[in-house]
Amino acid sequence: MTTSPQRRRDAAGLVIALILLALAGLVWWDMTKLQILSPYDLGPKVMPIVVSVGLTLLAIGNGIGALRGDLPPRDSLDWKPIILILGGLAALIVLIAIGGGFMIGTAILFATTSAAFGRRAFLTDLLIGAVIAVFIYLLFGKLLTLSLPAGPLERLF
Amino acid sequence: MEAFTSLASGLAVAIQPMNLLFALIGVLLGTAVGVLPGIGPALTVALLLPITFKLDPAGSIIMFAGIYYGGMYGGSTTAILINTPGESASMATALEGNLMAKAGRGGPALATSAIGSFVAGTIATLGLTLLAPYLVEIAVSFGPEDYFALMCVAFVTVSATFGDSPVRGLTSLFIGLLLGLVGIDILSGQSRLSFGIPELYDNIEVTTLAVGLFAVGEALYVASRRHIHEEKLEPVRGSLWMTKEDWKRSWKPWLRGTLYGFPIGALPAGGAEIPTFLSYATEKRLTKYPEDFGRGAIEGVAGPEAANNASAAGTLVPLLTLGLPTSATAAMMLAGFQQYGLNPGPLLFAEQPALVWGLIASLFIANAMLLVLNLPLVGLWVKLLAIPQPWLYAGILVFATMGTIAANPSPVELVMLTVFGVLGFLMRRFDFPIAPVVVGLILGPIAESQLRRALSISLGDPMVLLQSPISATLLGIAVIALILPFFLKGLGRFKAVED
Repeated sequence: MTTSPQRRRDAAGLVIALILLALAGLVWWDMTKLQILSPYDLGPKVMPIVVSVGLTLLAIGNGIGALRGDLPPRDSLDWKPIILILGGLAALIVLIAIGGGFMIGTAILFATTSAAFGRRAFLTDLLIGAVIAVFIYLLFGKLLTLSLPAGPLERLF
Repeated sequence: MEAFTSLASGLAVAIQPMNLLFALIGVLLGTAVGVLPGIGPALTVALLLPITFKLDPAGSIIMFAGIYYGGMYGGSTTAILINTPGESASMATALEGNLMAKAGRGGPALATSAIGSFVAGTIATLGLTLLAPYLVEIAVSFGPEDYFALMCVAFVTVSATFGDSPVRGLTSLFIGLLLGLVGIDILSGQSRLSFGIPELYDNIEVTTLAVGLFAVGEALYVASRRHIHEEKLEPVRGSLWMTKEDWKRSWKPWLRGTLYGFPIGALPAGGAEIPTFLSYATEKRLTKYPEDFGRGAIEGVAGPEAANNASAAGTLVPLLTLGLPTSATAAMMLAGFQQYGLNPGPLLFAEQPALVWGLIASLFIANAMLLVLNLPLVGLWVKLLAIPQPWLYAGILVFATMGTIAANPSPVELVMLTVFGVLGFLMRRFDFPIAPVVVGLILGPIAESQLRRALSISLGDPMVLLQSPISATLLGIAVIALILPFFLKGLGRFKAVED
């Protein structure tokens, strides 16, 4: 406890700086593959160059900030709800990708998010989520004629 | 008084029954999302974009504006009754408003904020009516280099000048600019940063980005720190009505708040936080009852609420006349115009006067609707706060994902939504502002095309940016606005957060 917490090096801040640097490199590499069609100007390359240079400078700025410990204080983090919500989203994505429609996935997402916010009635929430999914399907799909990914359940309507 | 003739013709558009209905839906939705914590007007417009795609443009844009105004009214209710502002523009209101509610004067606090919002909204919309034709006249003479310079000013002020940290603000902006590069470059037909993924060739959807950052990011953030943070709803006790004394103490703060809100909102300075906090500080200094501040002073509610609504109207000035969004909500409204192939700016006033003036006229109507909806019905809006938090956020995420795949039925779009959600979560956790990302994505490609147009006219000579006096002045302002915050740390008090 001898060092003040404000002046401690911040590992997360350094990671942010490195990510920005990597993004700058990616934009630059992508830019080199572009062709210039007009002889007068840099065309499609102008903006990537600006962005890449800007990101490099900002990576340096963020890096200096991290070394000086300038990042604002952070609260403790509860990982469980994050995993629950991302898990629900992943389930929805996978179900749509394999042609399972969106209704089952939507019900799962509703239930996992509820659980992430502290509800302990997974099956009830699954049911509520399913009802909402049917409602959305009728509203979006039938009334507003938007196309939603259909699976076995959706074809019943 | 050319403006009033135009306004009169706009009124004829606005009072068509369908447009009145759209305005009503807009203000109802806006108030509801303003009241609910976790969703703001920017997210609501983002969620509605894909759904309104097939509706009449004038109607949907009137609805979006209603949402914007309604969100400003609704946010104050949450700020007063639970100390968590529904949106950041209400942070100043929460300071005294919540204390008034705790002291049993929640009713008058809600009343002064609703009436103050109406007064300020009406005056500021009048300001928009009078100012717009002049700005349009000036904007017509703008060349591409001038537009580019103007956008540079907006980029800097939105991200760096008024944030907590200019470095973090600019980082957010450049992430937005990077995302704006993705896809096929219209002028040369080459793809950038697409990596052979077909969904990326079509550019990154503003909707997907905004919904990911605001809905998914916010849900992840709130859930991850639920164990620390708890909210308490203050019941509305006693009379709703303001006493004679309350009126006497409110009317001057309303007018002063409007004077702060409208011009600052109209400048590309981003967000309503600055005028609301300026108004709060002014009222605290000018009040005849300094002992009330810290115990629930009505001036401290009346001023910031007026400032907040006036700045919403002010934001529409650069949006409509120059096509320049200066807040996340304005950026989403610009996306709303774009989905119908409409580009706000001087040309829109010339080509679609019925639409533009119909929108402006409907703002007056929306404001009046909001006064009626908010004063007697406040009890109803408070009931919205009783929705259990788990269902609220679960519902938000379900609508967020459905809105996204309704716009682009592809699992890749949902993966992008999730990635942007994680990005939004990390940005909140490490205190990077969100609005500059959205502004960067939507304004970046426009700025790029203006720059390239300017450069191709000048045959590649970048000095064209400094040869036009307008452009040179604007670039000078941008440079000053960029350097200033590094020397004046005090500006960071006006933190620009928006959801």
